[in-house]
Amino acid sequence: MNAPSPELPAVRTTCPYCGVGCGLLARPDGYGGAAITGDPGHPANFGRICSKGSALGETLGLGERLLHPMLRQADGRLARVEWPDALDRVATGFERICARNGPDAVAFYLSGQLLTEDYYVANKLMKGFIGSSNVDTNSRLCMASSVAGHIRAFGADTVPGTYEDLDHADLLILVGSNTAWCHPVLFQRMVENKRGRGTKVVVIDPRRTATAEEADLHLPIAPGMDTALFCGLLVHLADLCALDYRYIDAHTSGFENTLAQARAIAPDLAATARITRLPQAEVARFFELFHATPNTVTCFSQGVNQSAQGTDKVNAIINCHLASGRIGRRGQGPFSLTGQPNAMGGREVGGLANQLAAHMRFTPADVDRVGRFWNAPRMAAREGPKAVQIFEAIARGKIKALWVMATNPAVSLPRAGHVREALKTLDLLVVSENVLCNDTVDAGAHILLPAAAWGEKDGTVTNSERRISRQRRFLPAAGEAKPDWWIVTQVARRMGFAAQFPYDSAAEIFREHAALSAFENGGRRDFDIGALAAISDEAFNALDPVQWPLRAGEAPRERDRRFFMEGGFYTVDQRARFIAPERPAARVPTSKQFPFRLNTGRVRDQWHTMTRSGLSARLGTHTPEPFVEVHPTDAKALDLPDGGFAKVATPWGSCVLKVAVDERQRRGCLFAPIHWSDATASAARVGDLVMPETDRYSGQPDAKATPASIAPVRFAFRGFALTRRPLSPPPGTWWARVAVARASGLLLATNEGPEVWRGRARQMLGTELAEYVDQQRGVYRAASFAAGELTGCLFIGAAETAPQWDAVKTLFAAQTLADDARRVLLTGRSAEGFVSAGPIVCACFSVGMATIRAAIQAGAASAEAIGEALRAGTNCGSCLPELKRLLAGADLAADSAATAPQPADASP
Amino acid sequence: MGEPLVVIGNGMAAARLVEELAKRALGRYALAVIGEEPRLAYNRVLLSALLAQEVGFPEIELKPAQWWRDRGVTLRYGMRASRVDPIARELTLSSGARLSFSKLVFATGSQPIKLDLPGMDLTGVFTFRDVEDVKAIAKTAGTRVVVIGGGLLGLEAAYGLSKAGAQVTVLHLMDRLMERQLDAPAARMLKRAVEGRRIAVRLNAEAARIMGARRVEAVELRDGGVIAADAVVVAVGIRANTELARAAGLKVDRGIAVDDQLETSVQGIHAIGECAEHRGLCYGLVEPAYEQAQVLARRLAGESATYGGSVPATNLKVAGIHVFSAGDFLATTAGAEEIVLSDPGFGVYKKLVIANGRLIGAVLFGDTADGPWYLELIRSGSSIERLRDDLVFGRTLATRAAA
Repeated sequence: MNAPSPELPAVRTTCPYCGVGCGLLARPDGYGGAAITGDPGHPANFGRICSKGSALGETLGLGERLLHPMLRQADGRLARVEWPDALDRVATGFERICARNGPDAVAFYLSGQLLTEDYYVANKLMKGFIGSSNVDTNSRLCMASSVAGHIRAFGADTVPGTYEDLDHADLLILVGSNTAWCHPVLFQRMVENKRGRGTKVVVIDPRRTATAEEADLHLPIAPGMDTALFCGLLVHLADLCALDYRYIDAHTSGFENTLAQARAIAPDLAATARITRLPQAEVARFFELFHATPNTVTCFSQGVNQSAQGTDKVNAIINCHLASGRIGRRGQGPFSLTGQPNAMGGREVGGLANQLAAHMRFTPADVDRVGRFWNAPRMAAREGPKAVQIFEAIARGKIKALWVMATNPAVSLPRAGHVREALKTLDLLVVSENVLCNDTVDAGAHILLPAAAWGEKDGTVTNSERRISRQRRFLPAAGEAKPDWWIVTQVARRMGFAAQFPYDSAAEIFREHAALSAFENGGRRDFDIGALAAISDEAFNALDPVQWPLRAGEAPRERDRRFFMEGGFYTVDQRARFIAPERPAARVPTSKQFPFRLNTGRVRDQWHTMTRSGLSARLGTHTPEPFVEVHPTDAKALDLPDGGFAKVATPWGSCVLKVAVDERQRRGCLFAPIHWSDATASAARVGDLVMPETDRYSGQPDAKATPASIAPVRFAFRGFALTRRPLSPPPGTWWARVAVARASGLLLATNEGPEVWRGRARQMLGTELAEYVDQQRGVYRAASFAAGELTGCLFIGAAETAPQWDAVKTLFAAQTLADDARRVLLTGRSAEGFVSAGPIVCACFSVGMATIRAAIQAGAASAEAIGEALRAGTNCGSCLPELKRLLAGADLAADSAATAPQPADASP
Repeated sequence: MGEPLVVIGNGMAAARLVEELAKRALGRYALAVIGEEPRLAYNRVLLSALLAQEVGFPEIELKPAQWWRDRGVTLRYGMRASRVDPIARELTLSSGARLSFSKLVFATGSQPIKLDLPGMDLTGVFTFRDVEDVKAIAKTAGTRVVVIGGGLLGLEAAYGLSKAGAQVTVLHLMDRLMERQLDAPAARMLKRAVEGRRIAVRLNAEAARIMGARRVEAVELRDGGVIAADAVVVAVGIRANTELARAAGLKVDRGIAVDDQLETSVQGIHAIGECAEHRGLCYGLVEPAYEQAQVLARRLAGESATYGGSVPATNLKVAGIHVFSAGDFLATTAGAEEIVLSDPGFGVYKKLVIANGRLIGAVLFGDTADGPWYLELIRSGSSIERLRDDLVFGRTLATRAAA
């Protein structure tokens, strides 16, 4: 981390990672870096930050950045072009294809990483001006089922509660949420509540995650059976007459039907336990906790959302809260924890294909209303294809032009390999990116547009509790990078919509967005920030975190605002809907060939496809390699040793991952993290494995239950390479790229022996090479140097005794390498405590100059005395003259000249 | 009066024998040391330093005259033993004087091998063996010198000459320097280091004749090349001094044959140092001579001690160039495995040879600190399996890692 510069003031901004939306203070160092700390004044985190957030300062380098627009040439290479040229090509490209094939032949694929203002402009261009609803976002992979579940139950995509509820709940139920790793700051808040108030924590997750380890009760539920558990709960509460019939009668509809369906699915405790494959006593304990604890918050994340029945899961949870009236009160309610920093903002502008704008949908009235507000010539009139469908439409040739902003679909979508192939068929693929290289760019993007990154862009984001916070700029834009809203605006103007895209600042866009939220609203729509529609540029710049709704004339409230305590839902009759869920069942059964269920997720210290978090050396140490978790019994049966490798295959693809044998994994289940891509590992794009099955309501893919097989892969040798610049690993090698301080790291596994690596070391590392070879033990280690600086290392060893790189990594952090460090470098061990004896003076007994000097200092006053103390000079005696010179203390310069290459005239 | 013990030779082996014997059995023998060179015993290893004028003669003297007197040694230097009568137990000196002995030790050392080449008798052709050689060579300082022989001795001579100001070219018959002590990579690094000291090295170079009318003017090579020279130093090897022993009827092969008691074919007559041949080996290094001196001293003092041979280790005594080798460093033993650490940019090369989990050879260049430790491991034959992965990085690291 760079030292903060006292001259530059701290800039208040918001973290670019998860949906908690922590406030940060960025103190630029004046050299392109910044020190990042938590903002004590931000109500999402009160100064706390997690490992990812605190390492943000390490991710600001420009090494991987896309710095100017680039255009694919006829020969396939990318060449730099000027902005006007690039923008012209995007605009004419989209116009041409629209004219030829109609507006539905083009699409935008957006991201929860975009700021609200970016999102707003892109959505407006597509849905109002190009005239298509072919705009979807990676939020589809993240929380679309929550959106659909909210809309089905509440009539709007409303998160009823606030983070404060987590402090006041007496029971926290975490369903399909590894909160400890994925929303760490909120989790700390929960843990504090648990410690302070004795709040009980129940975790429902097939895996015993880090979150589950902290729980009072962990229910390792069978994959996909959450709906059964919550149906059982509803039945249990009904049978105990423990429901809030006043609330049900006054504010909901559909209860009887839903309860009947719940009974059909989970008629009693025993049936619930059987279907969920949980011990009956533990299910009973959970039911009793829920029954006995009015202040209950149920948080849910990807484990619920990323499911072919995700929307039903969401509704099964909401059903229990509605039926018990536990909604909208302090410390009570269902709570969707969103994955991305601005998934909520994207939902607010209508960035999903089934939303229009400002929480309006594709009803004729809403289409008309938005059309009038935008003065739009070509309003899209119906819902568009959702993410997976967009890429299917591309594969089928229906969509011919795609503009991807701030996301990496070639890694993250199900059947990612197929997606990548589909991208290659596009007539026009435009990618707005921070980085020069990722799997989506490498899928053949025709035009690359450099987008301003976090820290360089300005605008707003909304977190999981509906709190709008400013992301502020504290660094100059890298190269020619521009904000996404600016890029889209320029293209819109070139397409002839200059009048409706007059924006010169994010504030201007935000005002329009706020005005639209209030436009003909009258309390009929939950999302209303009309109070901010006339915010000045200054006030926008100074905007404190503010929670919506914030209707015109209202001032931001001290107290958090909740929804639905007294009903007031956004349905026609203002009643919430109980939703009778489908019977839970796996969409795709396991088979003899694919007997496992593959679950995917995140690790603690990485984010999405690692294009940012992968730059931090600190974050790279937690889980440096892509892995698959296997239960010990399964591992034993299949001969998968812990730390070995395995091929995980599904009908859609295969990966080779490191095996982590872990009893916290369910038997019959595998878990693999989603972060690695072709840019960071040889064969670990887990998206390739995921089935393209989606939830019928939300269109969200099921990333948690793909039938899979696993088999051992053996590598005779393992090792690593560390180089100052990223290295291309030789083909056929298993590798994973890891950020290391002042170096680029590769972890390697190979069946090629030391002699092969020795043969390629010079080409990989450089010509001034130090080498260690023990052929019989399968060991080859090399280090390269230039002008005394360590420039590269390659360590290969037998797999059983794989070389470790911790000690070597620390040597890379140093500017120069001390002689003693160089002497021990190829041991791969720490030089700490190793002191060289200095240049050898007495060759017979190997007594070094440093040792002799120490003896002289300790009182040896003659050659004989030195001989007595160290034996030096007592054999052949050839060093006696030198000993005498050392005694005379006249030889310091001459000896250093003799041991290090120096000009001859340096000798006295 | 003790039992008369006569030592023929006043070199390093003799001095060490007297020292060890005096420690153990002072007074048991009436000691006489006969030396051919007209001076006190000196450290022959330092001849190149003497030539380089890094040291003066007094500094290379092993022991002062008083030391010999204090030990009751009758020192007869500047005299040659001309005859030994093993039956009569009598020794004749070149002066004609006779000495009786009860026990006799040959420590007659060796002499440089001379080449059978035209021109070897020209003025300015030297060998490099004793102080007289150094004195003669020193007069050629500042001139062009060709050293024939790129072994230990030749390189030490070349270094001394170069240091003293001469323009030196080393001719070596083989394709690498010190081929009997170094493998190819170490020899390459040595060549670079030697050349770095402004000494020209010509490998695969065989002298055909020394050219000149009366004085040396040039050296002609077999390939026809000619190198102008004002002096030639021949350092192509040594040969044990055995004439006296042979004449006395002792068993002599390449050296004076001795058994594990360091006794010759005649009871009570011993041989140590470069003149001795033990189990078919003549050692040309000081270390085995010292080991033999110690064993013999112990035996003469009445202790039981035997000499089982030395594992010779080579150290090149050229300031700043650290070379070490020992044992089967070329890995000729069946099943031998090599561990190599090289860092040419740092001037370091180390090769260890292992067979059956034991260290059997080592060659080190640049960083020889652990040479003695490796030698100890080679000699002891103890298992290095636990140390193996760090062995080449030296004792400190290897023993720490294995601990």
